[in-house]
Amino acid sequence: MNDFWKRFSRNRSAVLGLLILCLVIFVASIASLIYPGDPFLYSQYPLSKPGENGFLLGSDSIGRDVASGIAHGAKTSLLIGLIATFAAVLIGVIFGALAGYYGGLVDDVLMRVTEVFQTIPSFIFAILLVAIIKPSIESVVIAITVVSWPAVARLVRGEFLALKNREFVQACHTLGMGDYRIMLKEMLPNCLSPIIVIGSLMVATAILIESGLAFLGLGDPNVMSWGFQISDGRSMLRVAWWICTFPGIAILITVLAINLVGEGLNDALNPRLRERN
Amino acid sequence: MTNSLLKISNVDISLPEGSERLLAVENLCIDLAPGETLCIVGESGSGKSLTARALMGLLPAPHVKVSQGQIDFCGEDLTKVTERRLREIRGSEISMIFQEPMTALNPVMTIGSQIDEIFRYHVSMSAAERRERAIQLLDDVQLPDPAQIVNSYPHELSGGQRQRAMIAMALALEPKILIADEPTTALDVTTQAQILKLISDMQAEHQTGVLFITHDFGVVADIADRVAVMQYGHVVETGTVDKVLNNPEHPYTQALISAVPSLLPRSARARSEETVLEVKNVNKTFGGGSSFFKFGKPSRVVDAVKDVTIELRRGETLGVVGESGSGKSTLARCIIRLMDSDSGQIILNEVNICDLNRAEMRPWRAKIQMVFQDPFASLNPRVKIGQIIRQGPIIQGATQEEAEARTLELLEIVGLDERAFNRYPHEFSGGQRQRIGIARALALNPEILVADEPVSALDVSIQAQILSLLDEIRTKMNLSMVFITHDLRVAAQVCDRLAVMRYGEIVETGATADIFDSPQHSYTRDLLAAVPGQHWER
Repeated sequence: MNDFWKRFSRNRSAVLGLLILCLVIFVASIASLIYPGDPFLYSQYPLSKPGENGFLLGSDSIGRDVASGIAHGAKTSLLIGLIATFAAVLIGVIFGALAGYYGGLVDDVLMRVTEVFQTIPSFIFAILLVAIIKPSIESVVIAITVVSWPAVARLVRGEFLALKNREFVQACHTLGMGDYRIMLKEMLPNCLSPIIVIGSLMVATAILIESGLAFLGLGDPNVMSWGFQISDGRSMLRVAWWICTFPGIAILITVLAINLVGEGLNDALNPRLRERN
Repeated sequence: MTNSLLKISNVDISLPEGSERLLAVENLCIDLAPGETLCIVGESGSGKSLTARALMGLLPAPHVKVSQGQIDFCGEDLTKVTERRLREIRGSEISMIFQEPMTALNPVMTIGSQIDEIFRYHVSMSAAERRERAIQLLDDVQLPDPAQIVNSYPHELSGGQRQRAMIAMALALEPKILIADEPTTALDVTTQAQILKLISDMQAEHQTGVLFITHDFGVVADIADRVAVMQYGHVVETGTVDKVLNNPEHPYTQALISAVPSLLPRSARARSEETVLEVKNVNKTFGGGSSFFKFGKPSRVVDAVKDVTIELRRGETLGVVGESGSGKSTLARCIIRLMDSDSGQIILNEVNICDLNRAEMRPWRAKIQMVFQDPFASLNPRVKIGQIIRQGPIIQGATQEEAEARTLELLEIVGLDERAFNRYPHEFSGGQRQRIGIARALALNPEILVADEPVSALDVSIQAQILSLLDEIRTKMNLSMVFITHDLRVAAQVCDRLAVMRYGEIVETGATADIFDSPQHSYTRDLLAAVPGQHWER
């Protein structure tokens, strides 16, 4: 663990990413403390500039506090990102592991199913799903999960295919070990590193998809999110630039931070790249 | 030697900080005369390959570099010359052949264009002339149909043909020095004999100085004029081949040479009447499958194991020998039921285990266990040693305490400290890992051990230790063993009986001594004749 941290911290930008990410998580977790009450609550000061009337980052067309929206939106974005990624990784690992381990017909069937999901452009597919199920926070999570798991399945399948014929796996067969035990206890730990890396990068994509959906008006109307804020302020971009800009910056630095961390994890977990820097 | 071609004096090669040792090579002094073959012998990690790379200026700078000393090549110091001059020297005056011709050749270029490159960079010739020279060269290294091979890609040639093409490239400009870094290690023994002969023929013709790096004393005995033995970066002994092989002075050389298995078969033991394993008419083919939607042609069918019948008596060691691709590993995997054979019977204790499904097979697994070839791939890097050995008995129904006691007992049997229990595989050397692999196989108290090339990835001194460990265990536990190997020297030392395989078929079976004395099949005779270093027997 110490060794891992040493390797991770050698990548300066990854450490910076981690710091920003921690800051975002911190803001999200204290959102209800610093901005108690509903972020949808409007005041009598619409379109206040940043710093005016006690609004740190200004207010929007009906007087909602942009800063409060960003703080509460952070919670939404991170939660959706984490839950959707977790679900997608779970499904992807199951599909990929079974396909890679058993091969043959199982592999053919599972991979054709995966390909069906991969042929549809993921964002359009997500829009379609949310439009069908009705916009709510659950449907957004489901949509993101459905469009993201095939990448994990492909990755895990590849890893399992390579591991399947390794001698230590064959040795487990000769001991009479059961299939599920071999997959879970022997093979899976050996492909955790790439799964962690792809998972960390998927959180960033999930946040982007969620913002995109909310921007198109397909987010949960009762939950504050960054995408909703941008969507709400876009018609007033020329008179009140702050309504779109600050949530946009929030998305930018959060996604950037997660990508930096993901890349740092990749360098730290992949021993072959260790000497590159 | 007066007219020295190459004189390496007091060379140190430094390693990056945090390595196992500070200097990969320390105070190296070697010289080479025209037409002479100098063999550098040593085990892995002794610095022999880095020495070769230093001569070519191919060290992975700046981490590894020559930190001191001179490499004098015909009056020039190779450690001081410019990169430009070094490029001129490489290929034209000093050239090199590598261990694995498949990775040393560019897979997306034809053999012809790879030879062509050498001429293009070093001499001015027209395209037609260059092509003619390339064909001529391929003919010189005795490749069949050179006009055809010049247009082939590396994957279309066999391993031996690729190595010939590499030699053709290396000798294209008649270099003064040829460096050969384990050029035959990846090849079969019969191909190895041909390549060694080719190198010495070419050398006699061009008066090339050959620096030959190897770990195989048989090869040394066959081709060397002089020998330098390396250990931990030091040359511990140099001298003529006769002196070093027959009167080694340094204790390390003595130990290495005494570890080389003798070709004299071990004395035969009484054969038990009881048959423990019978393999009857087993077949296994690969390929022939097609895609999901049944489009396209089915792939080529290969008979990996063809109608194989063998019998193993109690306490006996049966060696299955053959070259790569002969189907011996496939046979081992069929016997242990890692693969299902297509037809035939494998009878263990009067039960045909081919008919058993996975669940029915589980109790039989304990009776027949396997030791794998690669000690690095055969242990799960994420699992502790104790767990690796313990899980077998637990799967077979032992309690935690029983399994743990058994594990500690086994660690002692295979000569490892009990502290190994809580360590991970990467903390152990190749030989120690192979001991762990053996302990894992023995944990279930098997009657039969299938060993698939258990020592071929190990250095010769470690190899001797593992072989004596296997021998000890075999007598102690009255184990019957199927021993797969390509090395006839090892087979002679370990096996009571031999089965010689070629193209999936068993061409000859018999007692080891009989097969070595009077081989019946012509292929067996070829194999035996190709073993290097036969005229040198201790």
